[in-house]
Amino acid sequence: MKRMRGETLINLLLAGMLLLVPLAAWALEEPFYITLATRVAILALAAVGLNLALGLGGLVSFGHAAFFGIGGYAAGILATHGSDQMLVIWPVAVVLSGFVALVTGAISLRTSGVYFIMITLAFAQMIYYFAISWPAYGGEDGLSLSLRNAFPGIGTALPLNFFLICYALLIAALYLFARIRDSRFGAALQAARQNEVRLAAVGIAPFPIRLVAFVLSGMMTGLAGSLFADLNRFVSPSMLSWQMSGELIVLVILGGTGRLFGPVAGAMLFVLFESILGGFTEHWQLLLGLILLGVVLFARGGLVGLLAGKARHG
Amino acid sequence: MAETILAIRNLRKSFGALKATDDVSLELRAGEIHALIGPNGAGKTTLIHQIAGAVKQDSGTIAFLGRDIGGLGVAERARLGLGRSFQVSSLAPEFSALRNVMLAVQSQQGSSLRVFRRVMSDPTLTEPALKMLEQVGLAGRAHVAAAELSHGERRRLEIAITLALCPKAFLFDEPMAGLGPEGSKSLIGLLSELRREAPILLVEHDMDAVFALADRVSVLVYGRVIASGSVSEIRSNTEVRRAYFGEHV
Repeated sequence: MKRMRGETLINLLLAGMLLLVPLAAWALEEPFYITLATRVAILALAAVGLNLALGLGGLVSFGHAAFFGIGGYAAGILATHGSDQMLVIWPVAVVLSGFVALVTGAISLRTSGVYFIMITLAFAQMIYYFAISWPAYGGEDGLSLSLRNAFPGIGTALPLNFFLICYALLIAALYLFARIRDSRFGAALQAARQNEVRLAAVGIAPFPIRLVAFVLSGMMTGLAGSLFADLNRFVSPSMLSWQMSGELIVLVILGGTGRLFGPVAGAMLFVLFESILGGFTEHWQLLLGLILLGVVLFARGGLVGLLAGKARHG
Repeated sequence: MAETILAIRNLRKSFGALKATDDVSLELRAGEIHALIGPNGAGKTTLIHQIAGAVKQDSGTIAFLGRDIGGLGVAERARLGLGRSFQVSSLAPEFSALRNVMLAVQSQQGSSLRVFRRVMSDPTLTEPALKMLEQVGLAGRAHVAAAELSHGERRRLEIAITLALCPKAFLFDEPMAGLGPEGSKSLIGLLSELRREAPILLVEHDMDAVFALADRVSVLVYGRVIASGSVSEIRSNTEVRRAYFGEHV
């Protein structure tokens, strides 16, 4: 129980840090850091989605960029057709990525292990090449948004306002993740990862449980994608690329697979590396790779596991 | 004669040239313990797998409570009331003993898609689960992760999970495997109580346990039932003694 409190403390600390940095940057008139923090919040949101499938369900999806990109293109395409309200774009992004997750999940989840990894990658690559060959929305060059999409009553052009929107959605997603993890559905999902034979023997078929998790997971990542498009005011096929899928997996593993705030810790570290080390050398990912290697070999619980100890399951 | 709960008719299963199940017919009746014995490789576990739905038979029928269940999956058969335990303990290792049992309770309530209420503060899950653990003598270890339990405790946890399914028939695959004499003795006591809840199809190597518990014994050799009868009939059957006990009579 003491450990539980330790993790709660770490979580509060991470949530507080992510909120305070942009507030301080705003006070000091350093908007660049607000943008960095927004990037952290959005990537963390996408990774919370992946963490649902990967962390709780043990489903190593190497195709979550598909949902991220679909969310992004939903924002971009709707905006070019004059529908510039986030409250319209978000549901479209969520429903669309959820639908694609349902179709691809129904097929991919019939496999497991390496085959699952490969088939999710294959689906994502199909969507990637589709986007590249679709000239109406920019094809290979991508699609620019002339203005950031609007939210009623809040000026989204102000970096701090947009950050707060993303931050609020991240916190909401984290709350949802925690509730799902501790629920009956979450129990079945985690049992499916630990021992699917046992789960079936008590009368719960693993497939529908995993499918629902995969859909919820795709939805969250899709929502993050639409915010990412708004952050950059630009959507391109790179959001759909396998490198993006890989980055999301790295975030989750770096922060702590299955841990509530793992994706937040992972995204912080990742963006910090990208912006600080990326300033010195374009080979910053080499160092990231070494750290990832260290985490996989010596700290299986990731950053959160390192700080808060082993996870407890009650 | 007591009601037939589980009826297996002319079941066959081959793996290549190996006949793992060769025209097996047997019944499990209400209130009885039917033991299935046989030398290693006789096809006992393969038979349990087919009854539970993990392996599909080549031909023959399996009727449970008067219904043909041959086409159903593992989870569906479990929900109908076939409660099995595994030869090698199969648990969710990270979950505590209590949560392992709670999983069976929630399946029983048919509510595995609920995403909001916290399971650990839900007495409709925790209370029945704790009762099952008490029944097998594991209440004191409820919050220990399954991976950290001793071998004997895991065997008992398997049974507690099976109990939580409120099964109409138990399929126990070598529940005594690897237990010392003390452990076996107390498990024999537990199993003879369980018979009152539902009949038991018991695969077991421990002959003391089989002779103490079974109402009927079937002997499986090379996938075939070579004899079936009461304990004393089986004990005096010469064919059984030759095939199974290796005696030259």
